[in-house]
Amino acid sequence: MLDTLAQQLLLGLTNGMVFALIALGYTMVYGILEFINFAHGDVFMLSGFFALTLVGALGLQDAQGFALFAQLALVLVLASGFGALVNLLIDRLVYKPLRKAPKLAPLVSAIGVSFVLQNIGLIWGALPLDVFGGGGQPAAPKSFPALLPTDNLLGDAALTLQLKDVLVIGASLAVMTALFLLVTRTKLGMAMRATAQDPQAARLMGVDVDRVVAATFLVGGGLAGFAAVVYALYINTVYYQMGYQNGLYAFTAAVVGGIGNIPGAVLGGLLLGLVRAFSDQFIGAQWQPAVLFGILIVLLVFRPSGLLGSTAREKV
Amino acid sequence: MLVVESIRAAHGAIEVLHGISLRVQAGEIVTLIGANGAGKTTTLTCISGLHKPKAGRIAFEGKDLLPLPAHQIVTCGIAHCPEGRRVFPRLSVAENLALGAYTRSDKDEIRRDLDKIYGLFPVLLERRSQLAGTLSGGEQQMLAVGRAMMIRPRLLLLDEPSLGLAPLIVQRIFDVILELNRQGTTILLVEQNARMALKIASRAYVLETGSVIAEGTGAELLADPKVQAAYLGDG
Repeated sequence: MLDTLAQQLLLGLTNGMVFALIALGYTMVYGILEFINFAHGDVFMLSGFFALTLVGALGLQDAQGFALFAQLALVLVLASGFGALVNLLIDRLVYKPLRKAPKLAPLVSAIGVSFVLQNIGLIWGALPLDVFGGGGQPAAPKSFPALLPTDNLLGDAALTLQLKDVLVIGASLAVMTALFLLVTRTKLGMAMRATAQDPQAARLMGVDVDRVVAATFLVGGGLAGFAAVVYALYINTVYYQMGYQNGLYAFTAAVVGGIGNIPGAVLGGLLLGLVRAFSDQFIGAQWQPAVLFGILIVLLVFRPSGLLGSTAREKV
Repeated sequence: MLVVESIRAAHGAIEVLHGISLRVQAGEIVTLIGANGAGKTTTLTCISGLHKPKAGRIAFEGKDLLPLPAHQIVTCGIAHCPEGRRVFPRLSVAENLALGAYTRSDKDEIRRDLDKIYGLFPVLLERRSQLAGTLSGGEQQMLAVGRAMMIRPRLLLLDEPSLGLAPLIVQRIFDVILELNRQGTTILLVEQNARMALKIASRAYVLETGSVIAEGTGAELLADPKVQAAYLGDG
């Protein structure tokens, strides 16, 4: 029983980390623009395709030892960079021209961008590459090779702890710490927080709000790209709708934590991962969405602005 | 130093400034007085670039400000301390002041200016790690003025610094305005408290529904019966 609990706790934490990484992108953009980037999950998805393409090109499935880890680190960095650039490109091409339009316009456009990106995913999956199984079935899930050894680090213990668990949790924590330092300790981070609280006043301090918005999309997209590699290493699959499903969960996590609140997104992501794991174990996987969104509704009835969200917007 | 020439500005379809012209010479305290809705705040936001006028010209030290975005006007040497204080409520007092120095990189001078502001407003030093949203109205106004001074402006635009404050605090804020002016900062002050503003002003403009209807030295306008009746409550 205890082992089952520990196993689900581990599963919940690792899944929760992925949700948290994606949720950060939703919450940061919302914090600054008060806009839900519904295409954010699909940036995560495309980064997954990018990572798998890279794994194939580098021949990573046959690499071992130091070469494997060095190239895996390279894939992580490049996929983060890819996610960052795609996210920035979307902002400049689609959202920026609509900055002064009524709020519904960018929101509906984001849903449109989401469909466009999913179709790019389908086209990408149709490329005749070995890693895509020749590209004959673009919509089918593509298997992402299990690059990391699957031995139990705890030997014969009933609890299974694999290297990928350690890697997912460790790397995610490292990235979240870096983000925390960026936001609290750097000039850019201070400008981001100031812009989120009062963009007009930030401009009067000499902050180029447009550049802060660009930096926010870069950081959010980078986190989504990073999450995509972590997810692919963990779940061993990428498919064109993975952004829709995980994006919805991550968005829920951001709302549960208090949308616009950075620690809230991490808390919400971990909570969602844990609830999901335990509900699968003790209630049944078929009930997962009902349990998750049921909890969301109850929570929002009692705390409409989320766990860490401020109860009222402070406007003097 | 600052030349504003027949600017016209609109909020949506409604024109609120119908050709305002004014001048500020280096070293002056110039004040804009007038009733609510006369266009005082809009005039300031046009100068600092938050609002772009439809027509007219604004030049600062010979440089045309109209094509510049607000964050670049700051680097020209103009600080705007906006109406309603607009401190960043979930940043600490120290972080708010640090944002004032956002465009600067002269570390030692920033340190010196910070000490100067803490000297002028010791309460800000006491509360430097407190969130700005938890300060009282008067303290927030001091923070807003201090934050604008961290820009180290040559021209400081002050919008309603006395709004909603106790008389004693208002006096303190006006003393500081005079002190900053003596130290060399030129000031353009928008004030509802016309009597106090005219007393410290070198020159003043009276605005009514988007136009300048009178101008003169502070003393002249204080003595003007029409101004007394309309804005000083002596009618």
